[in-house]
Amino acid sequence: MTTTDVGAGTHVPSGGGAPVEVPLGTPTNETEGITRGRLVLRRFLRNRLALVGLLTLVLLYALSLLSPLFAPWAYNEYDYTAFLQPPSPSHWFGTSQIGEDVFAQTMRGLQKSLTIGLLTGLISIIIASLVGASAGYFGGWVDRGLMWVVDLLLVLPSFLIIAVISPALRGSSWILFVLLLGVFAWMITARILRGMTMTLREREFVKAAKFMGAPSSLIIRRHILPNMASLMIIDVTITVGATILLETGLSYFGFGVQPPDVSLGTLIRDGSNAAVTTPWLFLFAGGLLVISVLAVNFVGDGLRDALDPNSRGGRRRSKSGRKTKKVPTS
Amino acid sequence: MTMIDTDVLADPGLPPGPGDALLEVSDLEVSFPSEDGRVSAVRGISYQVAPGEVLGIVGESGSGKSVSSLAVMGLLPPSAKISGSIRLRGQELLGLSDTELSRIRGRKIAMVFQDPLSALTPVYTVGDQIAEALLVHGGRSITAKAAAKRAVELLDLVGIPNAVDRVKAFPHEFSGGMRQRAVIAMAIANDPDLIIADEPTTALDVTVQAQVLEVLKTAQEVTGAGIVLITHDLGVVAGTADRVVVMYAGKAVETGTVDEIFAAPRMPYTLGLLGSIPRLDIGRGQPLVPIEGQPPSLVALPPGCPFGPRCPLHVDACDQAEPELLVAPGPTGDHRAACIRTAVLADAEAQGGVLAAEVFDAHVVESPVVDAVPRTDREVVLGVNELVKHYPVRAGGIFRRTVGTVRAVDGVTFDVRAGETLGLVGESGCGKSTTILEILGLEPPMGGTVQVLGSDTAALSKADRKRIRRDMQIVFQDPMASLDPRLPVRDLIAEPLEVQGFSKQHIAERVPELMRLVGLRSEQINRYPGEFSGGQRQRICIARALALEPKVLVLDEPVSALDVSIQAGVLNLLDELKARLGLAYLFVAHDLSVVRHIADRVAVMYLGKIVEIGAVDEMFAAPQHPYTQALLSAIPVPDPEVERRRERILLQGDMPSPANPPSGCRFRTRCPLFLTLDADRQARCIGEEPPRAAAQPAQRGMSVVDHEAACHWARIKTVV
Repeated sequence: MTTTDVGAGTHVPSGGGAPVEVPLGTPTNETEGITRGRLVLRRFLRNRLALVGLLTLVLLYALSLLSPLFAPWAYNEYDYTAFLQPPSPSHWFGTSQIGEDVFAQTMRGLQKSLTIGLLTGLISIIIASLVGASAGYFGGWVDRGLMWVVDLLLVLPSFLIIAVISPALRGSSWILFVLLLGVFAWMITARILRGMTMTLREREFVKAAKFMGAPSSLIIRRHILPNMASLMIIDVTITVGATILLETGLSYFGFGVQPPDVSLGTLIRDGSNAAVTTPWLFLFAGGLLVISVLAVNFVGDGLRDALDPNSRGGRRRSKSGRKTKKVPTS
Repeated sequence: MTMIDTDVLADPGLPPGPGDALLEVSDLEVSFPSEDGRVSAVRGISYQVAPGEVLGIVGESGSGKSVSSLAVMGLLPPSAKISGSIRLRGQELLGLSDTELSRIRGRKIAMVFQDPLSALTPVYTVGDQIAEALLVHGGRSITAKAAAKRAVELLDLVGIPNAVDRVKAFPHEFSGGMRQRAVIAMAIANDPDLIIADEPTTALDVTVQAQVLEVLKTAQEVTGAGIVLITHDLGVVAGTADRVVVMYAGKAVETGTVDEIFAAPRMPYTLGLLGSIPRLDIGRGQPLVPIEGQPPSLVALPPGCPFGPRCPLHVDACDQAEPELLVAPGPTGDHRAACIRTAVLADAEAQGGVLAAEVFDAHVVESPVVDAVPRTDREVVLGVNELVKHYPVRAGGIFRRTVGTVRAVDGVTFDVRAGETLGLVGESGCGKSTTILEILGLEPPMGGTVQVLGSDTAALSKADRKRIRRDMQIVFQDPMASLDPRLPVRDLIAEPLEVQGFSKQHIAERVPELMRLVGLRSEQINRYPGEFSGGQRQRICIARALALEPKVLVLDEPVSALDVSIQAGVLNLLDELKARLGLAYLFVAHDLSVVRHIADRVAVMYLGKIVEIGAVDEMFAAPQHPYTQALLSAIPVPDPEVERRRERILLQGDMPSPANPPSGCRFRTRCPLFLTLDADRQARCIGEEPPRAAAQPAQRGMSVVDHEAACHWARIKTVV
């Protein structure tokens, strides 16, 4: 990202030849081997932007969960002395047309939206990678069966189905609603992952693992999934943003999160009508949405760089005057 | 049988004078922008090509040999910065506009690329593409009809059988060798003055390589053009070129006639390169010279000789300034080397001995103790008996009925005993890879038996299979593809140990031990494979394969993806490991000279069958099967004198499809011996499949211990 390590790292000459100089002072000179998990963690922690993203997410979550402890108003309370007031010491983010405290509402909405977005992203990528990788890796009947399910779910109009089912869920836990969103968000990803798995399956390192006697589940976990990680992470970050917006759409039609409960989506929808005259109604909710989606993106980028050995982000930045030494080969 | 004297074109005399140079390149410099800074791919190279001369440009990957020729063609991307001068018959090419260059490209300069499939457009017939080359440059002087007729003539000229019909074929209907012929036909269509051939045979099998080189010679005779032959294969250069330019790090480090360069190299790099190639005519006793280190980065070169850090003759004076290309003492005075220590080399040579091995301090690996035990007394670690693998060919959408079978492996028998190396040799498509995949799969075979360390794979339980996997490991051809790019070295080497359930403690001890064993430094343990060079990656693969202390190592073309100087290091390592650990190797390769160097026994495969098998020395001294003879004669020897003396047996056409093999002897369709037989004998070849029988002794009276050939009319023919 910001590194410009001239002459350091590896330089691969055109023609696919050998990398040329490996700096002596790269990551560590330790001779102790560490596993991939710890190496990835180390590379992730080295990425400042990703850490900022992660910290932001944690802070936002903590803030939204803890806000009832110190905020003067609750999200379902009404202040009949202040309608449509701009931000003030008693109402930090102002009040709405009917005297609701915008701060309390935004916090409540943030908590809902983040949970829905992150959980849906997680659920959909888990299903997608399981289905996609097994279909691609095993092939044959497993592949045909799973792809049949995928096609079936793809032709069903998900929005309508969720709309039809969600009234039946009214009153039950909102987790069910998240599950419902997740179930309709994984199919296209699964198809892409299946295709990638089919090419990875033919790669020699997968064959090598097979000849070592590694079981299929281990090969998928160890070789197939990490090599698709870039796509999976990008997919999750997109899904998180898209789900928050989808939920807004559902709420608009009266499904999903219903008043008096709020989500960021419903807040933005209600507030955007008067964006010019009473900007506080939607500005805070909108700003937090942008910040949280950005934070998710940064974390995703950092994770991708940490997992991808070819990226520059995960490497330690070059220091001036570092000694380089030729590595004797062959 | 076609026997062509390789010397047909070695044009004696005629050193290129400055006046009659066809192509004159002087002080050519090319640099590209990159993320790290400007890459100086070519740093001031000068050479001349006389009409009718073949100039070989040799160098490892990244040495700038291709870039310099692309600059001549004017095919470099606009981001490249080019300076110097390129003159074709006195006309300056640098600075010409693309339109002007287009008039020269194809008409005066033609190019033959490495990959013939991507050099032809897949949606037009071969004939149309050749005709197009004629029409584009012919203007109105040639009609489409005449062009089509000429295309047939050209295809006929490059030796495509039945050219009248084949002219209507699409590129995918041609085999690799035929495609390259078609590309050569296109190149000579307009009677060019200069043909640039960029690794024209690298993607081809050896027998096809011999054919294509022959075609290139014919093309040169017909057009009288000068040829610039770019290659990494010193053997090809030795047999084809008149003069040689050796490139290193974007500069010519040595130039001269082919004889001078090969007989008396005056630059340590050339010396090392020549010493690093295993030779078909020497065998085991030859020490291979590994050149330590890697070519320097071309981004910011330090002052001094770029080869300095890898050079065994390096002295402090070498780091002062980059040496000029100066005349080295020699009969013609045209031999130049860029080295300040040429005199030292000349002196060392005067004292005699194997110069390369001495200078680079290379040694022959001692034979292991196992060799003392007679072969028949040793344990069979891998026994393959009549192994069969057929693939069904299916057609139709829904019912997928079987319409034929590809007989990839059709009754292969061999055994590998403890501590020995069996080289399995054959051209692509002969079934050698299928054979090893069948063996390594440890599944019950389709036909025949596979025995690994005494256990038959047909009767293995899951636990047995896992246990046997410890004793048999594989090293693949391409070290980049066979290492998961997302795993650090520690995890890569530990993988087999983890799969087999070793404790964390044991793994933590074993991994650094293995890295030391294959010559990797222990501080490289947390790097990813992308940060290593090709040779180092192959070392990681070998370390991984050795992790479980196997008894048999299957090596699937382990050095064919590596540069020669690095290849030598890996071969030496394999030799050493075998001697130290008492391993048995099944070494699959297409390069017989590598096999000659490393193997104890050789099996030659053709179309799913083994046609000849035996001890390496006996087989190379007295090959009996015509295919083995052709294969051996097709491999170039990096010595121009030997090359000129050698007879080349050129095979006709390509290997038949394994879906429809010829009856009787499978080799008869291409067999040079078959053509010389009378009708009765030919009938036997057609009707009866030759069994594998003990071969005749190399000399009358000698007993043959270990040599079998599958030919009805086997006769000895020395070809090396």
